[in-house]
Amino acid sequence: MKKIYFLWLRQIKRYLRSRSRIIGSLGQPLLFLLALGYGFGSVFQKAGEGNYLNFLAPGIIGMSIIFTAIFTGIEIIWDRQFGFLKEMMVAPMSRISIMIGRTLGGATVATAQGLIVLLISLLFGFHPYNWFLIIASIPVMFVIALLFTALGTMIASFLDDMQGFQLIMNFLVMPLFFLSGALFPLQGLPKVLSIIAQLDPLSYGIDALRDLLIGASFYGLSFDILILSSVTLIFLFLGSYFFKKIQI
Amino acid sequence: MIEVNNLTKRFHDFVAVDDISFNINEGEIFAFLGPNGAGKSTTIKMLTTLLQPTGGKIILDGHDPVHQPDLARRSFGIVFQDPSLDDELTAWENMDLHGVLYDVPDKLRKERAEQLLKFVDLWERKDSLVKEFSGGMKRRLEIARGLLHHPKIIFLDEPTIGLDPQTRNLMWTYLKELNKNEGTTIFFTTHYMAEAEKIAQRIAIIDHGKIIATGTSEELKSQTKTNSLEEAFLALTGNTIREETANASDRMRLARRSWRR
Repeated sequence: MKKIYFLWLRQIKRYLRSRSRIIGSLGQPLLFLLALGYGFGSVFQKAGEGNYLNFLAPGIIGMSIIFTAIFTGIEIIWDRQFGFLKEMMVAPMSRISIMIGRTLGGATVATAQGLIVLLISLLFGFHPYNWFLIIASIPVMFVIALLFTALGTMIASFLDDMQGFQLIMNFLVMPLFFLSGALFPLQGLPKVLSIIAQLDPLSYGIDALRDLLIGASFYGLSFDILILSSVTLIFLFLGSYFFKKIQI
Repeated sequence: MIEVNNLTKRFHDFVAVDDISFNINEGEIFAFLGPNGAGKSTTIKMLTTLLQPTGGKIILDGHDPVHQPDLARRSFGIVFQDPSLDDELTAWENMDLHGVLYDVPDKLRKERAEQLLKFVDLWERKDSLVKEFSGGMKRRLEIARGLLHHPKIIFLDEPTIGLDPQTRNLMWTYLKELNKNEGTTIFFTTHYMAEAEKIAQRIAIIDHGKIIATGTSEELKSQTKTNSLEEAFLALTGNTIREETANASDRMRLARRSWRR
């Protein structure tokens, strides 16, 4: 337990020390809120869908969580290149504990990033319909973060260096984000897009956040949570399976 | 303390370690020598649970690293050939984390970390991030960290690369003392023949994945009718310079690619 805690703490320390990374990773959500939130606001309003910034904010929170989570998962490649992975691998602890410590740490960092974006979107004029439900949205953010950190870990066990990172960003992370309904309502989508969105675990995460933050959801909160937690469990399992196979 | 029988490691169709066997007694200081790419690091990786052997059997302090990795891991400490510190943590945090991972009790952990950091002359820099350290400082920290949990066996993979004579001496003095007082078994690789001659009680020479000679430095010299270990080494392994075709992770990549197909 103590070992897991220390590995978790290591991730947190690394996060807090890389200020440039924290600030850098806020640029994109800021831009999205500004350009899309304000830019499409009037069109959205005219279409009778209400306040676009309010609709968009949970999506952007989800975006910063998935980006941070996948990145912290993939960071194992760096641990491998800088050698620290070896130090962990020869220590008397199971691979599962290493994986758990790292994943919890990464997920905590991603959740923190999500909360920062939530605070920023409040400054942009986002108003949640019930302030208390913000608290309830934190565990949901954490589950989303866990899911994608585990996915990142899984990807990292297939990659040898960071060169494949761009590939992963363009062909996995970006599609997961853009097709999740983070930017558009899931109602009345063309058939293909609707099916893709249903296969994208992030759409359930963002839908759950919307339910809690603006009181509107497409799939329903309990269904979202059910799908989200099952997929998270599967990914955690797969992540530890592939992590166990890493040889140095 | 270390028993190795018919150990083999194959990467794809390249045989890195070819059916080697040796025994190391408790409290022995053992040098493992060989040209680049001879299979030294691959052997150490198998001994320390980082690689699964293709064949053969290893017993470390009564435990099999393949089937009881956690028990085997508890019995040894290792200083790797290449860096394995966390650059974003301070020297102290690296030491502390290591102690926690090896279940060293809180009080003892802090005492030893302080003692070792003072010993390698890094105590004043304990709160600096490792990324601000020079190569030599990192090396010293790495050695201090490997000794923190007082393991029964210490593996050192070319530990003195990049160290000045002062630090090298200091390190071996400490290790010899540990060996004398606690009966720690020491297994090291090096390219400095003088070092092996001076420190090691017994030496094995590996080339092309096979152990070609074992014995004390005297025995190796008389076997080859030479005057120094360096000459004995050259007599046994020849004068050609080895091209290390690829390091282990490159080979792993190769293996993985073929597995994907």
